[in-house]
Amino acid sequence: MALIRDIAQVCKSKNAGPFELTIDVVFEDRAMFERVRATGVLGPQLFARLYGVDVNDVLFTEFPAGHAFKATIPRAVGSGDVGDTDVYGAQQHAPLLDVDIPLAEAVAK
Amino acid sequence: MTTTIATDEFRLLSTSGLLGYGFPEVSLATGLAAKPHMIGVDGGSTDPGPYYLGSGKTVNSRRAMKRDLRLMLRSALEQKIPLLVGSCGGSGSDPHLAIVAEIVREIAREDSLHFRLALIHSEQDKASVKRRLAAGTVKPLRNAPPLDESTIDRAAHITAMMGSEPWTRALDEGAQVILAGRSSDPAPWAACAIRAGQAPAPSWYAGKFLECGATAATPKGHDCLLTTVSGDHIVVEATNPIRICTPLSTANHSLHENASPTIFVEPGGILDGTNCRFDAISDRAVKISGMEWRPMPYTVKLEAAEFVGYRAITICGTRDPMLIGQIDGFLDSVRKNVEDKSAALDVSPDQYRLIFRVYGRNGVMGPREPVREVRSHELGILAEVIAETQEIASAVLALARVNLLHVDFPGRMCREGNMAFPFSPSDVIPEPSYRFTMSHVVAPNDPYEMFPIEYVSV
Repeated sequence: MALIRDIAQVCKSKNAGPFELTIDVVFEDRAMFERVRATGVLGPQLFARLYGVDVNDVLFTEFPAGHAFKATIPRAVGSGDVGDTDVYGAQQHAPLLDVDIPLAEAVAK
Repeated sequence: MTTTIATDEFRLLSTSGLLGYGFPEVSLATGLAAKPHMIGVDGGSTDPGPYYLGSGKTVNSRRAMKRDLRLMLRSALEQKIPLLVGSCGGSGSDPHLAIVAEIVREIAREDSLHFRLALIHSEQDKASVKRRLAAGTVKPLRNAPPLDESTIDRAAHITAMMGSEPWTRALDEGAQVILAGRSSDPAPWAACAIRAGQAPAPSWYAGKFLECGATAATPKGHDCLLTTVSGDHIVVEATNPIRICTPLSTANHSLHENASPTIFVEPGGILDGTNCRFDAISDRAVKISGMEWRPMPYTVKLEAAEFVGYRAITICGTRDPMLIGQIDGFLDSVRKNVEDKSAALDVSPDQYRLIFRVYGRNGVMGPREPVREVRSHELGILAEVIAETQEIASAVLALARVNLLHVDFPGRMCREGNMAFPFSPSDVIPEPSYRFTMSHVVAPNDPYEMFPIEYVSV
């Protein structure tokens, strides 16, 4: 078992235009990316649950070339609109940090 | 620099991720030594929020933009290469374009520079957008708000995001310096490379890097990036020797502010990076190949912002554990008292919005905060009132401030005041509130009709 904060190199959020938020998790090398991918935990269902959005509203992409997973979700309110808390969307990543990834032992090192 | 100069390649230089961010002069000089065919910078973003498009104000200061422009203008004219600046002033509406054009004219006067200037406008008049909406050529992008005629009427400014074609036309018509309104960020670079005979896929992909300056390098910083387009690939390299591009740093750049890391919708086509390869060709330069360009029906994006209301805010904090333990109930009491006292001032609840952001509880994530209990020994409260007049906003905010300070709650021991206010006066009047109202695409009759070009001899 491993928390994302302990095994990822980058975990970040940012606007993707005024009405969407995009969240990236990047791993240091392809091997760790593949081990995480094999667990199936990082997927649209996880983001839907963590951010309280419909799973059909999660645009999820695996990006092997960057050792990365990306999820794009609707913003709770448009950037800078009444009641917004984060105009740049730059501090919405924290719920991911404590997600536990049930990594299998790395058998072939 | 490891880049070799060949005749079949096209070299593009970007100074930074945004006009006015600044860059080291030596980075520009190093980039110029590689004999780029053009120099450019992106000037805009929706990222700082709707205020800038709505108000016509610039994101970066005039002083900072002038510093960057002077260095770029002198370099471009000395090297006899074009200077292209996209999304001028932050949002690219007519007032933004006018501010940047005025700075350029001022530099030209001060430094006795002469050139043919093109201004490409992107502001859209409301009647034309209504005609396009009625004709059914306007479609919402994912998660766009609803759009009807009243949305168009309420807009403070509406811009359309140009593709590469208006840039190409301005170059064909002899412009040496091009200042554009809202543009697809990579478009000025893509236009130059495609015009020189390079393929669309690597030309657009080059633009995706150049629009962010040296962001794709590590360490990330506001600095210059040189990108070479050649045949089926590009080579990216930061000109500052302290910054290196690696396969991973460049691959991960495609994550930045994009909904997808591989599929980029541009006017007239889709840039697909699904099969991109990122190969180091030196210890600081990366070759990228495998990108594809799929032509699509021509669409351009619309952006708009509207005025929401006048604002007043106050900031305060509590260190009282009894209050912190019942913060939600306390704020409900404050809200109710404000409503009653506002009614006595002939202000009804539908005339204002009162918003509390509670830092230490969920001030950053709001309703999406997964931590439900308050774990902090102190809480910061930002109270905001938005109303249709400044007079009402300020009056209601004053009531909110007084009630935050004095409303009673069960178990209260410190009756002198519930909140610590750091400032006198404690009430602040920020700039008004705006919101973005469009994230739509429109199918124009051709790539030029929405972007008139004005030529000026400077």
